[in-house]
Amino acid sequence: MLSFMQSISPMLSSFMQIFGIWLSALFTLSIFSFLYKDNPFYKFAEQVFVGLSAAYWLVYIIHSILIPNLFAKLIGDFGGNAILLIPAALGLMMLLRLHPNTQWLSRYPMAIMIGTTAAISLLRYLKSDILFQVTATMINPLGGETTGEIVGNFLLILGTVCGVFFFYYSKKQEGIYKVPSKIGIWFLMISFGATFGYTVMARVSLLIGRLEFLLRDWLKII
Amino acid sequence: MKLSARTERQIIYTLLIIAVGLPLVFPIGWKTEVSGYTEMAYKLIEETPAGNVVLISFDYDPSTITELQPMAEALIEHAFKKNHRIVATALWPMGVQMAEKAFQEICAAYPNKVYGEDYVNLGYKVGGMVSIQAMGRNLKEVYPVDSKGTHYDELPILQNIKRLKDFAWIASLSSGVPGLKEWVMVAHDTYGIPVTGGCTAISAPGFFAYVNEQKQLTGILGGLKSASEYESLIDRKGTATSKMDAQSIAHLLILVFIAAGNLKVYLSRRRKRNA
Repeated sequence: MLSFMQSISPMLSSFMQIFGIWLSALFTLSIFSFLYKDNPFYKFAEQVFVGLSAAYWLVYIIHSILIPNLFAKLIGDFGGNAILLIPAALGLMMLLRLHPNTQWLSRYPMAIMIGTTAAISLLRYLKSDILFQVTATMINPLGGETTGEIVGNFLLILGTVCGVFFFYYSKKQEGIYKVPSKIGIWFLMISFGATFGYTVMARVSLLIGRLEFLLRDWLKII
Repeated sequence: MKLSARTERQIIYTLLIIAVGLPLVFPIGWKTEVSGYTEMAYKLIEETPAGNVVLISFDYDPSTITELQPMAEALIEHAFKKNHRIVATALWPMGVQMAEKAFQEICAAYPNKVYGEDYVNLGYKVGGMVSIQAMGRNLKEVYPVDSKGTHYDELPILQNIKRLKDFAWIASLSSGVPGLKEWVMVAHDTYGIPVTGGCTAISAPGFFAYVNEQKQLTGILGGLKSASEYESLIDRKGTATSKMDAQSIAHLLILVFIAAGNLKVYLSRRRKRNA
């Protein structure tokens, strides 16, 4: 029996690999079929994806987060890790929101989470997104080595000042105040254009990835 | 002939699929110019002395594999060429598998690289920014074992690594939160370690502001184009380069679509004015 299993094992593995590729191709085409119009193949693929994702994440969270960070530590050294019972209790309290009579209890872990996240983020964002960014704008515009760099430095300062001014709403933007605001809009428009270009690149990359799979792994054309 | 909006969309999709598919089957081999941002990232790795230990964080999952995996492979190959030793981490659960796949691909060309000595995959850690902060204080506390269950002290590569400051540079390949931004905020802005990385094209414009005088980011690879640029810099025939023809043709086609769309709107407005 064992030798029989060993003899069919490579065949089974090869079959499963091919089956996996065909299944993957079928689901890719089913999703692409939505580009023609909504249809049962698309609906089936979409619902399988939603169901599989939910199940996959549940299992992954148990195996990758709860077991190594909580259960394994408590089983290994309960006394040394007793403090973990606090986050475990807070986690359980979060689940109590599923029942109308106990859902008020979930506000406590929620409050702790919001408070700590806000405090941690406030410090980091203040430093990285305000202090460092403002400091990076305080440059000598004539300090560049090439003409391109000097022009770039001037544009950086102009774009930052005018862009920030555009969002200054305490004074009506008319007369002389309208000029920096207009320049700010131009800088914002150019940045939106660049963002759109990058978005196109990202979406085309996804299509390339899927087509490459269909042409290489499934049809073996490339 | 008047086409319905749905038929127009179907024509656009069909043309786009053909425009992307054909160059994959019949590559053209167009060259891409290397941007300043890519060159900065390249120089950081190129100028780091051999023997240093570096950290690459795999903060993405299979949905962005087309853009980020070529970057990961190129960064690993470059680091191996320069004899840097690589510690891989992941802030996204499936980043662990992405790292394994990338090492498997590159190690085929570098059979002398030994797991545990030249590279190690520490695995996934939940917590994002808080985990990075903890790594800054004590890496062993965050990763007592690697992804295979080997203890920290038994891994030769980690013998002299106690905290983030012991890494020569850090790179994060990121497709969202937590990712590159968190590494910039903690690893560079708090501990002063040079940080570089790669991101999907869609999030690239948001990161350009961090490549500044303060060197919050030392260069950035944004999307497939940057991956292809990096491959050309290290002379690697990778997957990004072969996909760039399709990318370029698709962009040309979209430019044509935008022009056609604007022309259509202009003509219909003129017709309405004249009517």
